[in-house]
Amino acid sequence: MLHNLSVLVPALLKGALITIQVTVISLGLGFLGGVLLAVIRVYGGKIPSILAAAYSMVIRATPLLLTVLILYFVITGIVDLPPFWAGSLALAIGSSAYQSEIFRGAIQSVSSGQMLAARSIGMSRIQAIYHIILPQAIRNAVAPWSNEAAIILKDSSLVYVLGVPEILRQAQYFSARTYEPFLAFGSAAFLYFIMTFAANRGLDRLEKKLEIPGLIMESQ
Amino acid sequence: MTEPILRLENIHKTYGSNEILKGVSLDCQEGEVVVIIGPSGTGKSTLLRCINLLTWPEQGKVWLDGKEITEEGVDLNKVRQHIGMLFQDFNLFNHLTAIENIKIGLTKVLGLSKEEAQERAMQELHHVGLEDKHDHYPGQLSGGQKQRVAIARSLAMRPRVMLFDEPTSALDPELIGEVLEVMKLLAEEGMTMIVVTHEMGFARDVSDRIIFMEGGDIVEQGSPAEIIHNPKHERTAKFLGRINEIHAVDQ
Amino acid sequence: MADFLEFMVLALPEYYKGLQVTFQIAGVALLSGFIIGLPVSLMRVYGRGLVRWLAIGFIELLRGTPLLVFLFVVYYGLPEMGLTLSAILSAYLALGLNSGAYQAEYFRGSIQAVGRGQMMAARSIGMTRFQAIWYIIVPQALRLAIPAWTNEAVSMVKYTSVVYLIAVPDLLTRSKWLASKYFNPIESYLSVAVVYIVIVGILTLLVNYIERRLRIPGLEIESRAHH
Repeated sequence: MLHNLSVLVPALLKGALITIQVTVISLGLGFLGGVLLAVIRVYGGKIPSILAAAYSMVIRATPLLLTVLILYFVITGIVDLPPFWAGSLALAIGSSAYQSEIFRGAIQSVSSGQMLAARSIGMSRIQAIYHIILPQAIRNAVAPWSNEAAIILKDSSLVYVLGVPEILRQAQYFSARTYEPFLAFGSAAFLYFIMTFAANRGLDRLEKKLEIPGLIMESQ
Repeated sequence: MTEPILRLENIHKTYGSNEILKGVSLDCQEGEVVVIIGPSGTGKSTLLRCINLLTWPEQGKVWLDGKEITEEGVDLNKVRQHIGMLFQDFNLFNHLTAIENIKIGLTKVLGLSKEEAQERAMQELHHVGLEDKHDHYPGQLSGGQKQRVAIARSLAMRPRVMLFDEPTSALDPELIGEVLEVMKLLAEEGMTMIVVTHEMGFARDVSDRIIFMEGGDIVEQGSPAEIIHNPKHERTAKFLGRINEIHAVDQ
Repeated sequence: MADFLEFMVLALPEYYKGLQVTFQIAGVALLSGFIIGLPVSLMRVYGRGLVRWLAIGFIELLRGTPLLVFLFVVYYGLPEMGLTLSAILSAYLALGLNSGAYQAEYFRGSIQAVGRGQMMAARSIGMTRFQAIWYIIVPQALRLAIPAWTNEAVSMVKYTSVVYLIAVPDLLTRSKWLASKYFNPIESYLSVAVVYIVIVGILTLLVNYIERRLRIPGLEIESRAHH
């Protein structure tokens, strides 16, 4: 078994690299999409706001696995993307819906007096949103966003279904060759646990760093 | 009649590196109303919690009705049935109606039947003037009403002593009166009461003894007339001066 | 569009059967999660020493692992250790334990939100610690946990879709069968997405109704949106 371990660990670590890449890409693209959608929800006109709300609601109502499957087939039907990118994109779209909810709540919890004050010194709406509202909203969003980041890290395992060689897939290859599924999947689970733990710690530090003294965070 | 109903001897309490109570001793006779005054953070609340041992002193002993309750092996749950406590933020059980708040101690702790509990609970609600609110939830009551229900809850347990930890500090001014009225009534009925408060009017009119605490110990104690008009210590006078500015001692 | 609707009508009987399996699994997982989660949260908040650490360990390990990975550990890994469970039993076990860990955290949050004043008041009328926890803290904590818990209940219907990967014939798996049979993955998956959206929508409305009926004035807490 020890020999097998020496084969398993490097394989899992290679998978971990992929997992991290998928996570970062999905989170990052999901962040951009989420902020944009949130701003549209709060500040857009009636129709854009409703469309954004519908988008968010529809995506959140479907299992992430299903979203990944649908988007994979849709995306690869249009563009010839490898599973890694198709999967990451799919996860990003899924995450953007959840992140839009987080940022929408965060923006709405910035008191309306802030916008009034910004307009009253002559800022345009866009300037006010960009310079005054969003910086405060982002601080409000840190806690729930850290939560989401940890969730994406774990949900990245779903791209397994597309054959992407992340941690779970590596474990499965190993298990198929050595007939030691408990070792393989148990180690994969443990690796995810360590990564989630480390990520949570890092995110806690980030939260502390970003805190504005005296600003009480509204809960969602 | 000379055996005090409550006695504290040399109570010490430390939190972290702060000694909050520095050897406080106190006797209380049956039927006496004792008011404790003093600056915030001087351990007045802590002292009260050491009486019913919700907080354990590092040193010191407590006797109730001649029996030492700080002894090993004493059933504190039973002891607490005989000591009533009122809190600054009322602490009514939010998931229960007013009457259920009172009944739960009667049925689960004293073991009364549902009918006995119902009768006694309604009696005490009537006592504090709130029998028409019996089916209201705490969230539907005003602050003054909440505190009065809390008083009824304590009374229903038939305590020997009642401890009041700043009972009106969290109330809007117009609601303070109704609570003080009930407390005055209890005093007239002969309840033994220890009250931590800033309400000097109550202290002057209702109490038998005022204790001034500062820095974790009793600085001076005496009758209301002595303390309010003739304080022996400069610190007492200073504190009362400040208090009189804020809470106008009304006629 | 007409073709799509035609396909949906064709697929519905299959989806109906799949939905039954989905609800079955979701129900068992949710209930098991409650039976596990509440005691674990009590161990976490009120336990001392080893008891508390066991609770923390359980919660952190199960929440720190992806559901899919844990499912594989149970379904593929346990047989190697001597315990072979059918696909559906593996689903019950994995989803139940996973939900138990998350529910334990919701209950921990709501227990702590009840506030120490309630415990003090209960002790001050002579209740034992156990009586205080059972009659005063837990009833309020459960009320406060309702939004988070009903959220979990609705989400559970989505989480069960992972059993697709171990070939349990739930809603999602059946859409795959149809996709293989008719060679139309996009249509199949879109059609099942419609079903999920409708079901989740109905459940959400139901849950909001229940929350409003159960509300006690003065006993509320903000809940956090999550998957």
